[in-house]
Amino acid sequence: MNDEPIIRVTGLDGGYEGSPPILLDVSFDVARGQVFGILGGSGCGKSTLMKHMIGLLPPMTGHVVIDGADIVSAEGDALLAIRRKFGVMYQSGALFGSMTLLENVRLPLEVWTDLPDDAIDLIARMKLELVGLEGFTGHMPAELSGGMQKRAGIARAMALDPSILFLDEPSSGLDPITAASLDATIRRLSDSLGVTFVIVTHDLGSVFVATDRVILLDRRAKGIIAEGDPRTLRDESTDPRVRAFFRREAEPIAA
Amino acid sequence: MTTAALAISEAADGGRVLALSGRLDSESVPSLWQAVRRAVAEVPTRRVVVDAAGVDYCDGAGIAIFVDLLRQPREPGVEIANLKPAFEVLLKQFDPKVLEHDLDPEPQRGPAVEEVGRAAYTVWRDIRSQVSFVGETVAALTHAIRNPSSVRWKDVWRICEQVGADALPIVALISFLLGMILAFQSAVPMKRFGAEIFVADLIGLSMLRELGPLMTAILLAGRSGAAFAAEIGTMRVNQEVDALTTMGLDPVRFLVTPRIIAALLMTPLLVLFSNLVGLIGGAITMQSFSIPIVTFLKEVDSAVNMTDFLAGFIKSFVFAILVAGIGCLRGLQTGAGASAVGDSATRAVVSGIILLVVVDGLFAVVYYVLDI
Repeated sequence: MNDEPIIRVTGLDGGYEGSPPILLDVSFDVARGQVFGILGGSGCGKSTLMKHMIGLLPPMTGHVVIDGADIVSAEGDALLAIRRKFGVMYQSGALFGSMTLLENVRLPLEVWTDLPDDAIDLIARMKLELVGLEGFTGHMPAELSGGMQKRAGIARAMALDPSILFLDEPSSGLDPITAASLDATIRRLSDSLGVTFVIVTHDLGSVFVATDRVILLDRRAKGIIAEGDPRTLRDESTDPRVRAFFRREAEPIAA
Repeated sequence: MTTAALAISEAADGGRVLALSGRLDSESVPSLWQAVRRAVAEVPTRRVVVDAAGVDYCDGAGIAIFVDLLRQPREPGVEIANLKPAFEVLLKQFDPKVLEHDLDPEPQRGPAVEEVGRAAYTVWRDIRSQVSFVGETVAALTHAIRNPSSVRWKDVWRICEQVGADALPIVALISFLLGMILAFQSAVPMKRFGAEIFVADLIGLSMLRELGPLMTAILLAGRSGAAFAAEIGTMRVNQEVDALTTMGLDPVRFLVTPRIIAALLMTPLLVLFSNLVGLIGGAITMQSFSIPIVTFLKEVDSAVNMTDFLAGFIKSFVFAILVAGIGCLRGLQTGAGASAVGDSATRAVVSGIILLVVVDGLFAVVYYVLDI
């Protein structure tokens, strides 16, 4: 077993070009097979950090090394090779509107594998069954609710069984039963296959059930204010910002 | 390249044993898929045991092999043995019966009569929504005339800029070229009769009565009609139109009225500009046929009267309402999804241009009957 972290972020200043940085000097490691949570309030840079990690947005400075390769400096085939190692579920599902759910999930399998057509079909339907969408394979995304689109987005991200899965707000908009079954699926895949999950969320229910380790970002600090086991942080942290987040306390109103 | 292997053996009890080993993933499964299926299909009435003791890794593609065997409608069924507990957990997530057949097959086409009925109903619904839209638009415009302060003038000026000022370069280019082309095409045959000077009459009449208004309106349909449909369509997809409705704001008054007013204000000005630039294009061309600009303009002045000018100018108001109205209607009719916005923009341009030509034809008939 390789003990090297599967993801290493070092000295990352993040944000959008032409705007002041949202994140300053962010560094952390994600261990292989870990379910890793990126937490924080709205606007603290969770999704921006994920965009830096998956190579959609170049950081202002710093490095993101995924399975030994720096995605920040990678280009062309090297970048493609890194991207094949992970799947991404976007906040809105990001399904292709002109394709049925089945076609959406089939697409990466058709492009990247030599599997026969009936195997691709079965795997795609299995992934949809996994997220409770077995009866909706022929539906167009526009015919489904936001939560169902999100679930289909997760199925598509898992289609190639990547070793890393990035999930942006996976349980927001889902009913509690589906959210719980998604948490269970995440745990199962992590425990059985050693899949690494990086989950951007502020759903504390999922955080305590599914994640092994989290970082907590803060908008004012522009970086990480806590890192560790979420249950330990909740019970033992002395930082009022961390306690407020994990105990769902409102911020005090400035006088 | 990851490796996996299949070994087939016959059991003493008459059954068949398929021993799978190695790493089952999307790289190794393609080479095994058909072989495993064939090995099972060869013994349709015999018991088949898949011995998975040698499987070291099994992701979704590997699990799919087992699910595929378990869902086969055969008697006796297939038994999966010795799968490691970590992979057994993954296999148990799936119900092979659910995956035996597609629960949500593609919709089948109905009988021809049903299809014709559906198509007819769609056309009827479209006509009804257009009639209803015309009624709502007339009501909204009447309300705007009676209560000018109710109009969102800030939006109107913004749209005026997009419809009018931003369209000037393309209108100028097309009109100038149109004037030049008309001049070149007609000057050559007329020269044979020594009648080049009458090219000015032809350009003056055709630009002012017909081509100026029509070409400007077609350009407007391509630019602004499509833009209106796409903008309102996107608002519909993003539920902004629903938000207006639930806030008690009428989408027609809020979105359609400013656009129609802006088009009504700008289209006649664009038509005037188009007429002028078209004549300039013709005049410059005719210089190469030794007809000075002053002579050209004098000839135009003698050939074209105020009635000709007004006959074309009046059309611009009607065309403006048509183009803006169709663009907004198609936007409001947008379905769900990104492709629906594209469809709406296309439908706005196509139906806008068809309507423009049809209405222009009606104008021609009316002018003929009225001897204008």
